[in-house]
Formats: sequence, C-alpha cells, structure tokens
Amino acid sequence: MRHDHLITSKQLSRADIETVLDRAAEIDADPSAVADRHANTLLGLLFFEPSTRTKMSFETAMKRLGGDVVDMGSIESSSVKKGETLADTVRVIEGYADALVLRHPRQGAATMASEFVDVPLLNAGDGAGHHPTQTMLDLYTIRENAGLDDLTIGIMGDLKYGRTVHSLAHALTNFDARQHFISPESLQLPREVVYDLHQSDDGPGIREHETLEEVLPSLDVLYVTRIQRERFPDESEYQKVAGEYQIDLETLEAAADDLTVMHPLPRVDEIAPEIDDTAHAAYFDQAHNGVPVRMALLDLLLADGGDLDE
Amino acid sequence: MSNDGGGETGGDHQLRVSKIRSGTVIDHVRGGQALNVLAILGIDGSEGEELSIGMNVPSDRLARKDIVKVEGRELSQDEVDVLSLIAPESTINIVRDYDVIEKHRVDRPELVEGVLSCPNSECITTGDEPVTSTFDVLEDGVRCAYCETIVRTGIASLIDT
Ligand SMILES: [Zn+2]
Repeated sequence: MRHDHLITSKQLSRADIETVLDRAAEIDADPSAVADRHANTLLGLLFFEPSTRTKMSFETAMKRLGGDVVDMGSIESSSVKKGETLADTVRVIEGYADALVLRHPRQGAATMASEFVDVPLLNAGDGAGHHPTQTMLDLYTIRENAGLDDLTIGIMGDLKYGRTVHSLAHALTNFDARQHFISPESLQLPREVVYDLHQSDDGPGIREHETLEEVLPSLDVLYVTRIQRERFPDESEYQKVAGEYQIDLETLEAAADDLTVMHPLPRVDEIAPEIDDTAHAAYFDQAHNGVPVRMALLDLLLADGGDLDE
Repeated sequence: MSNDGGGETGGDHQLRVSKIRSGTVIDHVRGGQALNVLAILGIDGSEGEELSIGMNVPSDRLARKDIVKVEGRELSQDEVDVLSLIAPESTINIVRDYDVIEKHRVDRPELVEGVLSCPNSECITTGDEPVTSTFDVLEDGVRCAYCETIVRTGIASLIDT
C-alpha cells in the first residue's frame, strides 16, 4: 500500500503502523545513522493555528535528518490575513519545499490541501478532526510500555473535541485492543467516530463510560486528555465533572501496578504532579517520542516519493 | 391510457400534469419533494426547460406523490442516481415521441459531488476554498468526504441551490 500523504490514521493498516514504529525504534537507537539522510531537504511548516510543540517537534525531526524547514510564520503576518485561500497557499509553498506539514482550524483542511499538491503532506491537526502523527507517537509509547496486542486502554477526558483521541481510537482498531472511553456525557466521542469504530471493529470492541472507577482496575494504559473549561456553557457545569476526571496517587490505588498513564500534553490539572515520579508516568517519554517518530514518518514519506511500506 | 409514466391509474391527474413529447418523467417522488428533485438536478428553468410539476397528487403506491416532467431533456443515469438521496422510490421514464423508451429505477450512487453543502460550519468546504463538496453515500445517509460529518435526516435541506 502506497501513501503520498498522511492525512488520517484511518488510512493506515497494521503493517503501515508497524513499519513506522519499527523505523522510529531504529532511529531512536542510533540517531546518528540518519543524520545526513535528508540533507538539502526542506520541510514547509504551515501552521494556521499556534502549536509550539508539534511545530518544534517537526522542525527538530527534519533537522536531525540533515534537512531544514521553511516556515510561513505567524498567521497575523502572512498573506492568509489578506484572504488568500488555503489551496493557493499550499500550491505556493509546494514550490519551495519537498514536503509540507499542515495544521489548520478547519476539519477536512488536510484532505483538501492534499488534492492541490504533489509533495507529501502531513496533517498536524485539522480542527476537531485528525492528528495522525500524534497517534503514531502515542502508539510508539504504548508499544514500548504495554504492547499493542491484548491491550486494555482507557481513554478519558474531552473525547468530543479531542482530535488526538479520534486518531488514536481509529488506529487501535488495527490491534487486539479493548477501548474504554470515559467522559462526561456532553463530551462523548462524536457519533461519526463511533460509527467508524463499529465499522472497523472486529476485535474485542469499544465501550463508553462516565466514570473511571468501573474500568480502572482492568486497564493497561490510561490515556488522559484535558477537559477544557471553555467547552462548558457555565462554570458550575464544569466544576461538576472536573473532579471526576482528575487523577492523583489516591485514584491510582485501584489501578494495576503496571498501569501506564499517558497524556498528549499540555496538561492543566488532570494529572497530579505527584504521579510524575512514579513508574506510571509515561507522558514525558511520550512527548520525547515525537521526534524519532516524526523522523521515521518524514524518512518514509520522503523516500521514493512516499511509500510507507518500504 | 397514459404511456408517459405520469399516470398511475390513467386517472384525472393527467389533466393536472400534461403529457410530454420527449424528455424525462420522474414519477413516484415522495409528496412535497418535487422542488428538491429539481434542485438536486440543477434544473431551475433558467435554460428554458419546459417543466410540468404535479405536487401531492393521489397515488396508489405512496398516499401522495409528486411528478416532475422535463420536456426536451433526457436525464443520465448519474443524474438519476442522486435522486436516490431524497426520492428513493422514484421511477424515471425517458420519453421520445410520447413513447416511454427507457425506464430507470434510481440506484444509490457511491458519492455525490457538488450537490449538497456540508452542515458543519467548521468544514473546509464551507469556507472560500475552491473545492467541490463531496459526500459519500452510506446505507442510511451521506457523509462529507472532507470533515466526515454524517447526515441522516434532512438531506434535502443541504441541497446547494
Ligand atoms: Zn464537511
């Protein structure tokens, strides 16, 4: 299977995912072996929404492969402000760069943009849609900590707007994973995502819950996301649910000793700092994994014009 | 007896919707959907098409049905297929010289392009981009090929007019 672009985790088979994760592991073990692999390669960064981490992680990845980046800069100073369409912007930057990374506030932006360019395009988040490169580093982290087969994972927090969650849930259907989704009713997974999960699910299945309690003891991985205060119509509604979805050492007393706790970061108060020093905490490793995983993705997409199965 | 497909029982509604010489008769459209049928086909009479429309006429199969007759234009199978989204029971007769020369049933297409607009205001297709709205047709609805929003009811209200 050949991919010219990485738009959604739905396009990836288990074999594709394993190719990327294996390549990332090789790179992680010996980064110097690829230090010049993409010398003279330029990656175009098009961030229509601010994101320091994802952007820096791509920038680091490209530079560690020997290449460099061109950046359209902040939205305020770009021609976007003057009303240029995304379709025009990507066609212009395509002339400068060998591959493009796009983050955009609108859903479907990456799909549309990919129709206008020939260079590989990587979706770094399209509104509440997808964030497949985050998913690859999440999967890498899960594989290192708990393995991807016979996995019981709890995914908790704002599941409605959490694009990282949507992408991860799709990708996990390729594996023998039981997925438990834990959220307030108002922040449940979008029905579109549930529809897809049921379509593609031939494994142990997915379940939705409102409290962590009932599933915590069975989990190998707990993936926590931030519940954004601004998603709630009023503060009291937020206060009602917020406590349910914050974890501390006391919460984890009911968990398995080898529970892995993940978070795409930034966190606010979902995970108490006291958990950071325990063996449960994997979120900083998870963030670190962004670089080797994005190096692997760039390497595979830039090789021979984009073929994830070498 | 009518042979243009417009007559269910050859009854009195023939008077309301006249026979056509050559063109297309879209029959058994769910009552009240005739204007949506024209919209989905992009027919608004602006190109001089001669149209006859019967709305809410009595029907054996559907209690009330609409009939649309387009003089001088034979619909293609592709055009007919998009009708399945809003008028799945409709039948299409192609008429030449007052004779029905082809009968089609509508078939669900795999996708419809440029016909519906996405109800998700955050969808890239609802901005000023040069992109044609595209929906995949599901068993029980349609789904935006860009933002993936699924629409199951009220599809007719998404028709891009
Ligand atoms: Zn859409």
